[in-house]
Amino acid sequence: MSMIEFRDVQKYYGEFHALKDINLKIDKGETVVLIGPSGSGKSTLARTVNGLETIQKGQLIVNGRDIAEKSTDINRIRKDVGMVFQHFNLYANKDVLENVMLAPRIVLKLNEEENKKNAMALLDRVGLADKAHNMPSQISGGQKQRVAIARSLAMKPRCMLFDEPTSALDPEMIDDVLGVIKYVTSQSDMTSLIVTHEMGFAEEVANRVIFMDQGQILEDDPKDVFFDHPTNDRARKFLSKIIKH
Amino acid sequence: MINLLTNNWSAFINGFGWTLLSSVLALFFSLIIGSLFAILEVVPNKFLRIVGNVYVEIFRNIPLLVITMFFYLVIPLYVVKINGFTAGTIGLTIYTSAFIAETVRAGINSVDVGQMEAARSQGMNFWKAMRYIVLPQAFKLVIPPLGNQFVNLVKNSSVLAFVAGFDLMYQGNAIASQTFDTVNTYLIVGAFYLIITLPISYYMRYLEKKLA
Repeated sequence: MSMIEFRDVQKYYGEFHALKDINLKIDKGETVVLIGPSGSGKSTLARTVNGLETIQKGQLIVNGRDIAEKSTDINRIRKDVGMVFQHFNLYANKDVLENVMLAPRIVLKLNEEENKKNAMALLDRVGLADKAHNMPSQISGGQKQRVAIARSLAMKPRCMLFDEPTSALDPEMIDDVLGVIKYVTSQSDMTSLIVTHEMGFAEEVANRVIFMDQGQILEDDPKDVFFDHPTNDRARKFLSKIIKH
Repeated sequence: MINLLTNNWSAFINGFGWTLLSSVLALFFSLIIGSLFAILEVVPNKFLRIVGNVYVEIFRNIPLLVITMFFYLVIPLYVVKINGFTAGTIGLTIYTSAFIAETVRAGINSVDVGQMEAARSQGMNFWKAMRYIVLPQAFKLVIPPLGNQFVNLVKNSSVLAFVAGFDLMYQGNAIASQTFDTVNTYLIVGAFYLIITLPISYYMRYLEKKLA
């Protein structure tokens, strides 16, 4: 069964055609990595999945509901779709624990005791239980991103979107964050869409790799096929440039 | 000057009381109304945004005295009888709320958009995201400019004198015309205003330092 399905999706910013004829099916439990040069539309594509960007044409079915349909309650879909941002976007007015507990409390109406137990367990899982009462401004970038992942997981999502989760991090912080993402994707029923420039990481966690350029999907292969012999010319060039260093 | 103060003590205190009451009422209501219109100016719904914009632009750009006179002279004629104090306080509230709306809107706009996106991505609707995430941060940012608005409000309350609001300025005018001691009367009136405005200024400066 598919978790996310794009059918002839078109996205415009005014005149600019940001996503062109996107057709893509992501099955439940799959981990799909989205790569491509900057400006290729990969972040935009990820952000359409939870409606942060609207689409102008086509159908986009997430967890059985068409996002483009007017009658679809977008908040209902977002409960099941977690998102991790490049710049973390932790709630600046809440401490770490509150960041994790807020949405389950006011969106899922989870009772306080259970919520706190879950939140602490998640913070422990990402190695930050001792930072529970720190404010976001008091922790490092890598720690922020791990809190942000815990925050998303607290909603018990069926699907996770990672939008360049390590691009804003110092190199020595990246591994801890990637470790947590690896844990998330390893859960058998979790569907993940990851936008990243970390090729080694992509090769490790992906079931499938999608290569985008200029708003189009140019290559959509199982991981081994993509990294061994991509068929598309631009994908091959992109890979050769990136893998060199 | 001491004689003037003691001889007219009850009139000065009376005026001070009305000025203080009018300021507190106007501050309370203009903060609520101003914040509501600030939110209207940023909601996704275009029609509501226009409503917010029109309100702010109209009342920010009409003299306070004109708004107050309208409530003092026109409303009683066609709608309901209100006294000078009420008309003045309503005028003050509406006028100040437009400035507070602009101030709070600027605060909302300077909160990073990622905060709203994160809240929305977790399934919170626009209003919940505003209430729990964006507004608390926005208000913290606008405390200094809001303090300025409050000080302006207290000073602007002297408009009540024009509509028989019995405020400090009104009493001052009356005392000055009876005693002909204009110098001392207006010095005393000024001092009474400072009793309200200086603590606000200092408190705002303190908050600014504490939150910085």
